[in-house]
Amino acid sequence: MNTLFEYLVRLGDDSLILGHRLSEWCGHGPILEEDIAMTNIALDLVGQATSILKYAGEVEGKGRSEDDIAFLRYEREYKNALLVEQPNDDFGVTMMRQFLFDAFRKPLFEQLTQSSDEQLAAIAEKSLKETKYHLKHSAEWVIRLGDGTDESHDRVQSALNDLWRYTDELFFTDEVDADLEAKGIIFSSEELKASWSEMVKNVLNQATLTIPDNGWQHDGGRRGLHSEHLGYILAELQYMQRAYPGMEW
Amino acid sequence: MAELNIQELERRFQEKIDNDIRIEPNDWMPERYRQTLIRQISQHAHSEIVGMLPEGNWITRAPNLRRKAVLLAKVQDEAGHGLYLYSATETLGADREETIDDLHSGKAKYSSIFNYPTLSWADMGAVGWLVDGAAIMNQVPLCRCSYGPYARAMVRVCKEESFHQRQGFEIMMKLAAGSEEQKAMAQDALNRFWWPALMMFGPPDADSKHTAQSMAWKIKRNTNDELRQQMVDITVPQAEMIGLTIPDPDLKWNEEKGGYDFGEIDWDEFWNVVKGNGPCNKERVEARRKAKENGEWVREAANAYAAKQKMKKAS
Repeated sequence: MNTLFEYLVRLGDDSLILGHRLSEWCGHGPILEEDIAMTNIALDLVGQATSILKYAGEVEGKGRSEDDIAFLRYEREYKNALLVEQPNDDFGVTMMRQFLFDAFRKPLFEQLTQSSDEQLAAIAEKSLKETKYHLKHSAEWVIRLGDGTDESHDRVQSALNDLWRYTDELFFTDEVDADLEAKGIIFSSEELKASWSEMVKNVLNQATLTIPDNGWQHDGGRRGLHSEHLGYILAELQYMQRAYPGMEW
Repeated sequence: MAELNIQELERRFQEKIDNDIRIEPNDWMPERYRQTLIRQISQHAHSEIVGMLPEGNWITRAPNLRRKAVLLAKVQDEAGHGLYLYSATETLGADREETIDDLHSGKAKYSSIFNYPTLSWADMGAVGWLVDGAAIMNQVPLCRCSYGPYARAMVRVCKEESFHQRQGFEIMMKLAAGSEEQKAMAQDALNRFWWPALMMFGPPDADSKHTAQSMAWKIKRNTNDELRQQMVDITVPQAEMIGLTIPDPDLKWNEEKGGYDFGEIDWDEFWNVVKGNGPCNKERVEARRKAKENGEWVREAANAYAAKQKMKKAS
């Protein structure tokens, strides 16, 4: 197995699918400023997906472009975490999903800037700058909603309760990670989880929110086993490429 | 006495306008000038915001990553335009929330073009090329509008619109040079958007109730028909260049006037859509109303949080 290719697809799919979800908000945000912010973050994520999947295609060496990889795989070949494919629901769910994800991606990109793989390190460098803004934005909203009104507190607490079961998967590791860690291309997922936990506890504390007791955790995304939501995302995402195969746009 | 003063103020105001001196928010201005501007600028702001919907409709289905990113950037620009246009209405004493409520109640209008559906990817090309093209033609003269904040906002808006127009034309060019299906898709989009795009300049000069006064106040610099003619003259050669056909059998070059003659516009359709009977009027306003309703609790929470923080700082 080409472990670097596999890893890049996992990394790129997280950006691709979350970017897709956020762009569903376009024109429907709770305030105009958030329409701007959410399209901006979606744009960053689509940009990340583009550079990561382009590199994945090069690493694979079978002549596939970033578009071939983004648009022309079957569902089981997508390797994003389950968290990012969860529906937008209300703004509280969207911001909580974003926060839990951003809090993972920031320390991840920090680590990857030190990667022995120069191309990956360069991608991480650029993505880190963007992710810092994303995290600031989502953390501020989680705090504002958690410590806002009773209604907003309840909504965002219930979002946390629902999404918590998808958080452990962000730190999923298997032989892919073990191989790349041994080569100095990626780094310890335990350290990553420690940074994430600290950030999450700190923000949830300020937001007066409580981590749910139920510790049950789902996984599968990294092995291509998804929730029912992904199929619908792909039906939209792939529509043009499937309906008009082999054309240039 | 008061009467005389107002007359004198109006005389000085018109003198400034005649000398091309910009009117700024704190300057005296006739109430009707203020109201005309609020109406026009808020209509413009609403158009930007409602305009996000037909294009937002294709972001998740864009055919490749590059097109997706460009479309996202374009729609984001439009939200930004809406934001500074609403701010421009605020310099005239309008309230942003009230202005938005007028949109939702149907009292305020927005550009009718956005009441047409976007049915294929080619519509993203046609909207950029024709709709943003028409918008630029309307807005370039507004950079010289007599009201300062509006004129300055337009300078920035026009720069971004010209990128939008180019990306739209580029989509069309690519389709027109593509497969038979792609060519047909492009032609179909042009067929559907051509006439509504020409309607964007508003009713013929003879029927335009605001034009004369707006021209005297230099809010408007060209008449609707002048701008429409300009649009046709610029767009026809572009369509020819990429091998698409303008859906107008009466279209003909007129050597004498140095421009194209073109067919009769269906003004019944125009007024019908303005009145609310276009294919998507209901859906567009409904989507905006829902966004506001669903966001109510978010805005309340943000205000409550800000108030708590203020209290904490004070104590």
